[in-house]
Amino acid sequence: MNLWWKSAADFWAMGGAGYFVWMSYGALLLAVVIELIGLALRRRRALAAIEEERELEAEN
Amino acid sequence: MNWFYYASPATFYGLAGRLAPYFFLLAAVLTGWGLYLGMLVAPTDAQQGEVYRVIYIHVPAAWMSMFLYFIMACYGALTLIFNTRLSGMMARAIAPTGAMFTFIALWTGAFWGKPTWGAYWVWDARLTSELVLLFLYFGFIALANAFEDPRRGDRAAALLAVIGVVNLPIIYFSVKWWNTLHQGASVSFKGTSMHVTMFTAMLVMSAAAWMYAIAVTLVRVRSIILERERRAQWVREAVKA
Amino acid sequence: MNGNATAASGSFAGAIAWSVSRDLRLALRHPDETLLTVAFFALVASLFPLAIGPEPQLLARIGPGIIWVAALLAAFLALPSLFAGDYADGTLEQMVLSPHPSFGWALGKALGHWLVTGLPLVILSPLIGLQFGLPPDALLVQALSLALGTPLLSLLGGACAALSLGARGGGTLLAVLALPLFVPVLIFGSGATEAQATGIPPEAHLSLLAAGLLLALVAVPFAIVAALKIAVD
Repeated sequence: MNLWWKSAADFWAMGGAGYFVWMSYGALLLAVVIELIGLALRRRRALAAIEEERELEAEN
Repeated sequence: MNWFYYASPATFYGLAGRLAPYFFLLAAVLTGWGLYLGMLVAPTDAQQGEVYRVIYIHVPAAWMSMFLYFIMACYGALTLIFNTRLSGMMARAIAPTGAMFTFIALWTGAFWGKPTWGAYWVWDARLTSELVLLFLYFGFIALANAFEDPRRGDRAAALLAVIGVVNLPIIYFSVKWWNTLHQGASVSFKGTSMHVTMFTAMLVMSAAAWMYAIAVTLVRVRSIILERERRAQWVREAVKA
Repeated sequence: MNGNATAASGSFAGAIAWSVSRDLRLALRHPDETLLTVAFFALVASLFPLAIGPEPQLLARIGPGIIWVAALLAAFLALPSLFAGDYADGTLEQMVLSPHPSFGWALGKALGHWLVTGLPLVILSPLIGLQFGLPPDALLVQALSLALGTPLLSLLGGACAALSLGARGGGTLLAVLALPLFVPVLIFGSGATEAQATGIPPEAHLSLLAAGLLLALVAVPFAIVAALKIAVD
């Protein structure tokens, strides 16, 4: 399969529509990164809550 | 195979943990392949120029936003009919990802619309229904979290999702009706004929979005299970420090 | 009052009549809420000319839409209290757990809400329409579309009010739940008057509204009952 673009600069320019294309793809990337960070934080909080619970029980 | 075996949060927690990495891997591979085809190999669109390449994320995001709401409502129906605990947690785990895809569909629609229609926002039937869908997701998330008792939130939000899924076609029909009556934007996103590579790339990207949604849902439902069952003995054993 | 419930709600029609008459009696004892709803409706509709300017052509153009949005917000005002009283004093639990037809009872609650908040708006709407300079035939279509559409708002809103019983966030949450579901009603309702004003027959809009109302009358009370069962569980 041949590549469509003649040069990397061509690719980034997107035929003059670079701003609109990369703003779209950038937003998706940002949203995915935010979601994955949120997932990691949520898991960490859940584990911390379990630890807390365990310590509370150990004290009693 | 006993289907109800995996309907118990304790067993599903382990299963989800084992499956999630594979779905993440599949999502990454498919995204790479889809972007290679769509962004590097596929030719330009004769009518729209290069900006059409937003289609590879806009259309999958729009599809996912609707599929995920439908699947959420199916889990809601399970919650209401069988009163299973896991289905309520699954619906909650799907909602944020569904809202994310809805937002992406709106955002990319706006950045596609600007060069195509000359405006970031046009009251196009599809964009407007997508906006209403975003509010439906917000309503679901807000209602699920609005109760002291999480099971109560599960069931109320489940009923809301079922009401919403019955209403979605009516909302779409009404918005389309309103749109044709006011002769709003009539520019169609679909080109007259789609190049085979374009179509393949779009399908691959849609598959990637599916795999990503499944992976993220599995990871999120694991956290939800831990939050709910943090006093249960099996949780203590599963997450031994 | 509870003895009354057992006596009158044995049949389907009895259940409707009982809950309507009970809510109406309560509303008549405290007419402030109805009057406030009507005042709110007129006030919101009057704000738009003040904000946009008194140009007659512009007002006649946007009048139908504004009246419908005002009706939507006004119908929404009384929703948080629709089931709150019955929830607090335990009547709700009795109604849901009793063997009497809860479908009729839920339908009666929505009907009661409409009689207290929707019907006054239907009656008042021609006056507001005059403020916007709508022609007489458009005023008639406006009132007709409100008469078909506001019961739909009461039913859908009733389901959302039942869902959010006892939830944190109160009225704001209810707005986020209910307003997206109101979108089709708003589109067909204001579309009817607008069509009439621009010389298109409004029958298609009105018959779609009527079809939606019939569908909702059969389906939504089930959703209300299901939501109330979740609430008292």
